[in-house]
Amino acid sequence: MSILLDVADLAVVFHTKRGKVHAVDGVGFSVGRGEVLGIVGESGSGKSVTLRAITRLLHGAEVTGRVTWQGEDVLAMDAERLRRMRGGQIGMVFQEPMAALNPVLPIGLQITEALVAHTDLDAAGRQKRALELLDLVGIAAGRTRLGQFPHEFSGGMRQRAMIAIALAANPALLLADEPTTALDVTIQDQILRLLRGLVDDLGMGLVLVTHDLGVIAETCDRVAVMYAGRLCETGAVAPVFAAPRHAYTKALLGAMPGQGQDMLVAIPGMAPRLDTPAAGCAFAPRCGYRMPICDAGRPLLRDVSPGQVSACHAAEALA
Amino acid sequence: MTILMEAEGLTKHFPGRRGLIDMARRAPRPVVQALTEINLDIRAGETLGIVGESGCGKSTLARCLVGLHAPDRGTVRFAGADLAGMTGTERLGFHRQVQMIFQDPYGSLNPLMSVGDTLAEALAVHNIVPKAAIAARVGELLAMVRLPPDAAGRRPHEFSGGQRQRIGIARALAVEPKIIVADEPVSALDVSVQAQIVNLLLELRARLGLTLVFITHDLRLVRHMTQRVAVMYLGRVVELGPTADLFATPRHPYTRALLRAVPQLTPGLRGRDAAVRGELPSPLAPPPGCAFHPRCGIAEAGCSASVPALEVRSGAWPVACLLAGS
Repeated sequence: MSILLDVADLAVVFHTKRGKVHAVDGVGFSVGRGEVLGIVGESGSGKSVTLRAITRLLHGAEVTGRVTWQGEDVLAMDAERLRRMRGGQIGMVFQEPMAALNPVLPIGLQITEALVAHTDLDAAGRQKRALELLDLVGIAAGRTRLGQFPHEFSGGMRQRAMIAIALAANPALLLADEPTTALDVTIQDQILRLLRGLVDDLGMGLVLVTHDLGVIAETCDRVAVMYAGRLCETGAVAPVFAAPRHAYTKALLGAMPGQGQDMLVAIPGMAPRLDTPAAGCAFAPRCGYRMPICDAGRPLLRDVSPGQVSACHAAEALA
Repeated sequence: MTILMEAEGLTKHFPGRRGLIDMARRAPRPVVQALTEINLDIRAGETLGIVGESGCGKSTLARCLVGLHAPDRGTVRFAGADLAGMTGTERLGFHRQVQMIFQDPYGSLNPLMSVGDTLAEALAVHNIVPKAAIAARVGELLAMVRLPPDAAGRRPHEFSGGQRQRIGIARALAVEPKIIVADEPVSALDVSVQAQIVNLLLELRARLGLTLVFITHDLRLVRHMTQRVAVMYLGRVVELGPTADLFATPRHPYTRALLRAVPQLTPGLRGRDAAVRGELPSPLAPPPGCAFHPRCGIAEAGCSASVPALEVRSGAWPVACLLAGS
């Protein structure tokens, strides 16, 4: 599988009036064609910021590390090259389509805009392609729909329209930030199946950011678990869910209801502040496997089994 | 088992919004049919789940049950007494017995009042304890929901989301109610904190012998927490049965679709076909007959003709589907 996107040692620092906020701190992963990578974490874990940092959509933040897009250094790209990559080679889908869509332009025009920016199609070709795209994302009566405005679409349909725009220029990679969080469960089901089908049929890569482990389990091939801006564990979904090798992954899975037990295994305490990064493991204060070494030094990412990487001193104890 | 609370034929409609053009045309004001003909009993000591997607009426039902909305038609009876016919004193007594926990504790707590004052107010209104004992009781309540004693002097904004929900629970428990109606109490919380609050609710339910009505869109939580569950779709209960049995053998096509749509924690289970096609219809104009029929995989001509009643058909619990027996 050819690697499309490779991220290494990514760090994002926001400079605020109250000091520095280390939103992302040493994150790395890669995505290939035809592959779905899930990034999972709770509020403030840095998963959305990571996604935005990749396409350099963060303004006023200090981004360091390496982001490599098909061999090219993204952090060194000039504005024109960036413009062609965003939307052209990498499509983006956001959580709230109503905020991402222009409320005063018909959907058809918003799809056409993307086609004007990233393809050589003439007006007739763009119209044809726009209809194809609506069909691809499962919006019926395309001709009528192209003339309608975002407010005439339901939540699920808006998200489909967002996906159609993101797919307009045939991107090699799609970045989706909580694309189904605002949707009802039956609509979420439809959208997730649509995304998975697009990856399988078009051979696209997909990075799916979510807080829902169920979405990861059913949709993704590989998973990256984040906590407090740091990467805890990555690996293929099946082994990570069956035998998590980071104490946080294990705790998160245990806290999910529906496993049968009477009491959930809650994680005590709350997520740490990001203005003063912990010297040791960020999860240590809430961790049931805490050892003295966890507070002394930050655990480094290391191979714990083939294809599974974990930054946890207790990785062996968890096996 | 004694029935503590009973809803009969509960119907609640809200006036919808009309655009300027419709107003000028004198078009009739649209009506949001939030609840239609709900029959539901709540048994003493049980945890009843009410589950459904947006616009199914679950929150309106919660508000009708605690008396925050007056239903258009139908009655809510508590311990045999009709809520609509209660005098002021009787109503005060009702509110002492039936309390509510809201999804957003920040929106339901007074931001200017300290947590201690909020709890003390509830105690004073209902004369739960003598004035001199209020401070001690506030301390007990905070301990019950595992907040530090110094929380009493602080205001809601100083707490995290999970802690605020603990305050919301303490406020509801202050008056020693029999029933707690919890409307999406953990939906805004992260998984790790959600588990803390769920455990707290389960523990308090057992310790205080509470009856709990748990309203949520999260089917995993319903299965985990409840003994009986009512599945709602567009203002009506479509299936009502024991949670474990209903999850094992759902009878209404909508319940089946809903359960299939929930992402499972076992990797690789998702097939290519969606659990159910189409969108949720608008409660402004519910489809005729069974509201689910336009999305249903097994619908027949009769399904759009009449609304199926919620009744025991061939199984052990009531289902509102003409085809549930076949």
